[in-house]
Amino acid sequence: MKVQAIAVNTFREAVRDKVLYSLLFFAIALIGASVVLNRLAIGQQTKIITDLGLASISIFGTLIAAFVGIGLVSKEIERRTIFTIVSKPVSRGCFILGKYLGLVLTLAVEVAIMSACFLTMLAIYADDLVIPALWAIGLIFMELSVVTAVAIFFSSFSTAFLSGLFTMAVWLIGHFTPDLRVFGERSGTAMRWLTEFLYYALPNLRNFNIKEQVVHGIPVAAEFMALSVVYGLVYVSVLLVVATLVFERRDFV
Amino acid sequence: MVALKVENLVKDFKRSITLRKVRVVDGLNLEIRQGETFGFLGPNGAGKTTTLKLINGLLHPTSGSIRIFGQDHRNVAVKGRVGFLPENPYFYDYLTAEEFLDFYAQLFGIRRADRRVRVRRLLERVGLAARAAEPLRKFSKGMTQRLGMAQALINEPELVILDEPMSGLDPIGRRDVRNIIVELKREGRTVFFSSHLIPDVEMICDRVGILVSGRLSEQADLHQRLEMTSPASDLRVSGISEETFERLDALSIRTVVRGPEILAEVPGDGSVEKLIDLVRADGGRIISIVPKRESLESIFLREAAPECTESSELEVDRF
Ligand SMILES: Nc1ncnc2c1ncn2[C@@H]1O[C@H](COP(=O)(O)OP(=O)(O)O)[C@@H](O)[C@H]1O
Ligand SMILES: [Mg+2]
Repeated sequence: MKVQAIAVNTFREAVRDKVLYSLLFFAIALIGASVVLNRLAIGQQTKIITDLGLASISIFGTLIAAFVGIGLVSKEIERRTIFTIVSKPVSRGCFILGKYLGLVLTLAVEVAIMSACFLTMLAIYADDLVIPALWAIGLIFMELSVVTAVAIFFSSFSTAFLSGLFTMAVWLIGHFTPDLRVFGERSGTAMRWLTEFLYYALPNLRNFNIKEQVVHGIPVAAEFMALSVVYGLVYVSVLLVVATLVFERRDFV
Repeated sequence: MVALKVENLVKDFKRSITLRKVRVVDGLNLEIRQGETFGFLGPNGAGKTTTLKLINGLLHPTSGSIRIFGQDHRNVAVKGRVGFLPENPYFYDYLTAEEFLDFYAQLFGIRRADRRVRVRRLLERVGLAARAAEPLRKFSKGMTQRLGMAQALINEPELVILDEPMSGLDPIGRRDVRNIIVELKREGRTVFFSSHLIPDVEMICDRVGILVSGRLSEQADLHQRLEMTSPASDLRVSGISEETFERLDALSIRTVVRGPEILAEVPGDGSVEKLIDLVRADGGRIISIVPKRESLESIFLREAAPECTESSELEVDRF
């Protein structure tokens, strides 16, 4: 119930926050742009719509997860609202989990609105792609949940600005971890250690990317989907536990 | 019964640039009895806020122990019996006063029906009932402080800890906060609040502790101490003869003649009564008798000032 109270309050803050609306506006504008593009590229409509639609859901979702997410946590510390939370019978883990779930709830609403626009458009041009696109969105949402956990983890010990930077870096590298490993295998020992470490420590966000398959109509194995979801959930749990441990030791000055 | 017991509490901060440790709370011992109102006085930077944050689990002590109602202060069940108002509080400005208090009530696991009643009653108690539906963004400093008070009382706490509850308030606001504290005492709650406003503490506290450089330099029953250390009285008279004046002068610590009036500082050994009789027998007029209680302010200055002068001397030495 306490977790729920914090989550709902976080969601309420996000909804009443103007930043969020502007990001939403951008996402919708971008999807709208694909309509215009579509007129120019005859014969490629569905590919471009799918590409742009999924990419913008993913990118705007990530921006919201990284920046709004971090803002909502670090603001509690910077504005000292956390003083009255931590002094109540609320454990730090409870606070972290509540914040996290509130952000995920916010993202769910965001993604739902963006997806509704995108899928409506897609249905007009290629209704057979709607179901595969839904799967892709599901995995994007899982990816966003991981990115949110990364954001929470960083903001448990770092400033808002640095956390935002770190999160975006993890997101970028997270899409290239397999390449990183290949690169490491071709380099010296020290480099191999480093890339090996990064490969295991950073989330492999490719597990959540089936955009290509959807665009080209290639079916995705159910086992892959299931494994990706399990991987995401495990990754999120570990990050939240570590964030709680860091938060437990923290002084709020 | 002891509500709060602090033993050998130490808190070091690292200065961020030099990484040198600064000891802000330095072996503090403190005991607050159940039902009393305790004033935690000290000059700015004495470590009051740091102590209260340690007690409320916002900071981790470097060493020492803090026990609330006999249990570790981080115990979640114990936290349910404590209310805390931080210094210069800031709250979620996107919430209305009602939503805000409801949210805090949820953090204590209070049921919905009870929450509604409690929130109503508290808003009334702090004089914000008419602003219940307004967002906190529109609240003045005084209103925020009142709401902070309400937030600290939402769980009907047995121990109420308030950090500078009256600072930044106008006289009306201060009076209201003072009245709330007096009411809390009447309800049997223990109140522990910090302040640098001496009159407020003097008026409503049972005991005070004076914190200087992270140590308690004085912890005393306010009434007892003030009586004990305040023996003298100021006596103002007029229309007495030369002879009576000489007797008066002999019995007084000192006398001052100001026009037709004579002001005498009389020691508290029963001389006052003797002198009153003398003046009346002489047909003189007694204008006023003011017992010279040692005020908290003079205690405060005596405890806190040597530190200040010491440190300023140090400064001088260094340059
Ligand atoms: N995070 C911190 N790092 C270093 N010094 C601090 C920190 N917080 C407080 N201090 C210092 O500790 C002393 C006590 O501060 P505080 O507890 O706020 O005093 P008070 O509330 O009595 O005015 C001050 O000298 C202050 O500069
Ligand atoms: Mg202070």
